[in-house]
Amino acid sequence: MISDPSMFSSAPVLEGSDDDQLLRVSLGPQHPSTHGVFRMNVVLDGETVVSLKPVFGYLHRNHEKIAESVTYLSSMPYTDRLDYICPLSNNWAYANAVEKLAGIEVPERAEYMRVILAELTRLINHTAFMGFILGDMGAWGSALMYAFRERELILDLFEDLTGARMMANFMRFGGCRNDLPDGWAGKCSVLVDDYGPFLDEMEKFLVGNEILLVRCQDVGQLPAEKLINGGITGPMLRAAGVNYDIRKADPYGIYERFNFRIPLGEKGDVYDRIMIRFLEMRESLKILRQALDQLPEGDFVNPKAKIRGFKPPVGEAYARIEGPKGELGFHLISDGSVNPYRYRVRPPSFINLTLLEDMCLGLDLADVVIILGSIDIVLGEVDR
Amino acid sequence: MKIKLPGLGLLEGLAVTGKNMVQSFYKKERMTTVQYPEERAPISPNFRNFPFLVYDKDPQAGLRCTACSICEKECPPQCIYIVLERDENGKSLKRPKVFDIDISVCMNCGICAEVCPFDSIYMDGEYEMSTDDRFGGLLLGLDRLSKSAEYHMKLRPEQASEVMARRKADEEKKAAAAAAKAAKAKADAEAKKAAEQEKGGEA
Repeated sequence: MISDPSMFSSAPVLEGSDDDQLLRVSLGPQHPSTHGVFRMNVVLDGETVVSLKPVFGYLHRNHEKIAESVTYLSSMPYTDRLDYICPLSNNWAYANAVEKLAGIEVPERAEYMRVILAELTRLINHTAFMGFILGDMGAWGSALMYAFRERELILDLFEDLTGARMMANFMRFGGCRNDLPDGWAGKCSVLVDDYGPFLDEMEKFLVGNEILLVRCQDVGQLPAEKLINGGITGPMLRAAGVNYDIRKADPYGIYERFNFRIPLGEKGDVYDRIMIRFLEMRESLKILRQALDQLPEGDFVNPKAKIRGFKPPVGEAYARIEGPKGELGFHLISDGSVNPYRYRVRPPSFINLTLLEDMCLGLDLADVVIILGSIDIVLGEVDR
Repeated sequence: MKIKLPGLGLLEGLAVTGKNMVQSFYKKERMTTVQYPEERAPISPNFRNFPFLVYDKDPQAGLRCTACSICEKECPPQCIYIVLERDENGKSLKRPKVFDIDISVCMNCGICAEVCPFDSIYMDGEYEMSTDDRFGGLLLGLDRLSKSAEYHMKLRPEQASEVMARRKADEEKKAAAAAAKAAKAKADAEAKKAAEQEKGGEA
């Protein structure tokens, strides 16, 4: 056991007088059901945060190195376990990178299936976020249960399609593993119709709540410039009013065909981050509706794509998608053998976490928890 | 921003909670708890858990696995262990002597089933596999992995019937090819005989 937690902290040794004593608190490590096993070394002056150093790595499992020693296909199930709330977006990002590396074409139907699955994943992520952030604020229970109830309906769809609720392992290089089962598109379309009323209910439940307003407004703001310099992406960045969504800025898949908008916030505080996710879910529903209406017949996987003994040509590729949490990218270097020479993930959770200290300085300890919640991290992706 | 009566937002939220609470007593889609183990939620036909090996008719001779080790190589967490059966001369018998899957390591990804070229390994749907023997109980050998083709048919009728049809067609093709070969050999032999006889007659 670690007897002195401060040996892992880079915070300076603090000495205060009796009336101005600083207190060092080790927050965490928390149970995975909150955000993951994550610790913060916080230095407090009264209740005000003076310094905050994140400590992570508790969930490190050598994802990138393992991927370099197994075949390209064998890394696919490991990507499910990066951000375990949204496995299908991770699958897509990785499949995208390998397809770019090997120059594999994806059939139309597979592209539509991917868009549908990725947007369902976004719904899952943002819905679960609503529950988690309320849990962070102390409203443990109702909100999380409502969110998880609806999330479970989408997970049932995933189980029907992929065979697993969360660890889908569904995308393949050049398409998807299997075709939609009979009646799946119909079930999905019913779910999309029912999701709007649920979002209305959830908004009514949360948005006007005075306690939530007081807790969230004007908390954790940072200037947009700083966020851009910090490499922050996703809803965090858009809440501060920066119009940057990879679906529009660098379209991948078939996102150009859909009609949707990018919601933007104004202040970039925690409240804006919650609202931006509500609005994004509504845009996702729009995309889903269009994709389900246009879903063509055809191959679900490129018939020329190889499963056994897949060897991409020598080269290098970086492909990225707009994951629910931000830019999720995979960088692959191939030396022409069956396993990648270098495999690197650009995890949105990890990079969004880097500005945590700047957001928290000068605020109360209670705000730290909701700021951390509003970043929406999953430690499976931070630690890899 | 719309100015509201202070506390109204709170009451609105409470109304949602109240509605959900009341509905949870009579609305079917809100009564989601299943009283396991007395009742069980229906599992999806696509649900996958741990792999199993298929045999036709005889559990030992009918095993489709040829111990080619493709699944062993592709398995992401490397939980499959195969030893090829050999006869006393060291010649391969094309069947596994040892086929172990450590299900405490297996991550249910289904890649072994996907890469198998012999329709031999498929994903099972059984999920009540807890045991108090954490070493032997979770290391499945051939005896616990082998399951009949009928079991596969019952578990995944669509997939199994497609596989059976393909295997049957292959077998028929093979049988037809063998028959054709035999017929050709016979015809050749007869032709040779006839030629020899003719030769003998001429002489």
